[in-house]
Amino acid sequence: MTAVEMNAGRNAPPRLRRRLSRVAIYGALALWAFICLFPIFWTLTTSFKAAPNVMQGDILPWLEFTPDWRGWRSLGLSPETILGPSTPREEFLKRFVNSLIVSVSASALAVTLGSLAAYGLSRFSYRFGPMRNPDISFFFLSQLILPPVVLALPFLVLYREMALLDTQIGLILLYALTVLPIVIWIMRDQFSAVPVELEEAAMVDGLSVWGAFAQIVLPIVLPGMVSAFLLSLVLCWNEYFFAALLTSTHANTLPVMVASQTGSQGINWWSMAALSTAAIAPLLAMAIVLERYIVQGMAAGAVK
Amino acid sequence: MQAQGDVLHIVTPDAVAPGRRRLGRAMMRGGALLFAAMALAQALDAGGVVEIGFANWRPTLYAYLAFCVLLCWGQALARGEQGRRALFVLPAALFVLAMVVFPLLFGLSIAFSDWNLASAQGRSFNGVENLRLMWADPFYWNAMTNMVWYCLAILVEYAIAFGLALMLNSEIRARRFFRVAFLLPLMLSPVAVSWMVGKSMMETRFGPVARLARELGWDNPAFFSDPAIARAAIMIMDGWTWIPLMMVILLAGLQSLDKSVLEAAKVDGAGPWTTFREVIFPLMLPVTITALLIRLIFKLKLADIVITVTAGGPGGATDSVTSFIFREYRDRSNVGYGTMLAMFYLVVIVVAITVLMKLANRGLRREM
Repeated sequence: MTAVEMNAGRNAPPRLRRRLSRVAIYGALALWAFICLFPIFWTLTTSFKAAPNVMQGDILPWLEFTPDWRGWRSLGLSPETILGPSTPREEFLKRFVNSLIVSVSASALAVTLGSLAAYGLSRFSYRFGPMRNPDISFFFLSQLILPPVVLALPFLVLYREMALLDTQIGLILLYALTVLPIVIWIMRDQFSAVPVELEEAAMVDGLSVWGAFAQIVLPIVLPGMVSAFLLSLVLCWNEYFFAALLTSTHANTLPVMVASQTGSQGINWWSMAALSTAAIAPLLAMAIVLERYIVQGMAAGAVK
Repeated sequence: MQAQGDVLHIVTPDAVAPGRRRLGRAMMRGGALLFAAMALAQALDAGGVVEIGFANWRPTLYAYLAFCVLLCWGQALARGEQGRRALFVLPAALFVLAMVVFPLLFGLSIAFSDWNLASAQGRSFNGVENLRLMWADPFYWNAMTNMVWYCLAILVEYAIAFGLALMLNSEIRARRFFRVAFLLPLMLSPVAVSWMVGKSMMETRFGPVARLARELGWDNPAFFSDPAIARAAIMIMDGWTWIPLMMVILLAGLQSLDKSVLEAAKVDGAGPWTTFREVIFPLMLPVTITALLIRLIFKLKLADIVITVTAGGPGGATDSVTSFIFREYRDRSNVGYGTMLAMFYLVVIVVAITVLMKLANRGLRREM
């Protein structure tokens, strides 16, 4: 890039030209970083604001307003209320745990089923009736274009008949289904990057097909599985549509709770901000620590 | 993927004892029989032919699970090595079969019936009546038109994402900081975004975006009362969350470009703009198509932000097909009609994506 820029300096002195383009690039980067981070900053700080601060639109903590645990107190999560009993906190924790159970189980289920299928499809040739390997792959991957709304109403009726409405297991099954094609898409690439000779050598040494898979292949593709798992986790944690439709009191997840708070009552800014912050914090922390894996998962399969 | 012959060649003594083979076959047949019998019994019970007294359809679900286990086990017993290989794909296939194929067929039967979950009388077949209703439903077609607009917004998102990817790929300091910062919006749930941005930052009186708009000379910034502006606001929020996805895909594409080609362009004296237009962009076409396609697939599911911020308003200007059907069910419990709308949407999507992929393939081949 720098060399390209130097070549571009035909009418201006190269040094000046180059410096200008650096300034432009860093300016654009800083602007977009601001656009990405400001809403998060705004939500976090609003949870510490009092009503007048919100009205005046104060932005900078300590300079324009004095932070106060207001929003967190209303959730029962501020330092002085965290030990006492609190109904909102119980409600929040219940939803939080629901979200956690549902998204982790669904991702684990999808990664298990998806990895097995992707491995089989990358190593053996199958024939299920008229369907051969490419057809089977297409069968799995084509689920991706299925919009959730097509399945929503049939599932509503089926779940009602099977007493699975408002249960965690119902949501887990559906979420696993929605992320399964993505997992297969990622894992197919991972497995085809593993040389077959490794497994052949292992089998010569007496391992079975499943033994070679578990002892030789799985450790190699573990990073890929982690990316697939994390990406599934993000999608499941944030899912709202199915959760809003299929749960009511027992199994609803955090997004449903956040959405239900915004509706009827006059907006309680600080507590909404605290709730939103608490709902997005786990994934933000995960993204900052495990960014490499998430990016790897999203880029998988895009570049051949 | 190969059509014949395994990638992984193994020579195994593929002799299965006849006893095991018989046992395996018996397990598969028994499982299928158990499942069929249970489904039949429940159907007869539900139809009122016989009185068994099932509380719900769960027994059939359990019977299906038992059938799956017996089928997998039987495969391994009866077909030896081949069966054990089938075990890799079988669980996922059975899962998808139960969770997609069956509900889709079931949905198809709902789509052609008049069924309101709130009313006392159950479902009644009404043929193409729902299709006729749909044809005359201005709100549905309005939602469809909105989807076209929403999908066109992908092109703008693509331009921004490409710009960001190019900058991240150049030699910059603090690259990891920028990469993480640019990724963060994708981690946020659309529902949280709709509060953080739609309800709080775009609040007309003291939201920071509204204040900025006032500073810039817009006297009365109201983001959700004018149809065009409301739609643009939804596009911006949705774009904000999803741009990182395209950016990551494009960045991966840029990083895998052949460095020697770029070197050659430099030696030939091509400026940055020429290099981009003549070298980088054409080489990135396949990745571009993947990125656009994946984004399109996610865009077609757009609903959460619309439902939580505008509920389709003002006057249906921001409705996406999904949010429209969601309200059709929420407000009217109209399962039959809603399913027909969704099925029609699916058909449109499948046709559109097939045509797009064909066009993209032809375009790519001409480029090569």
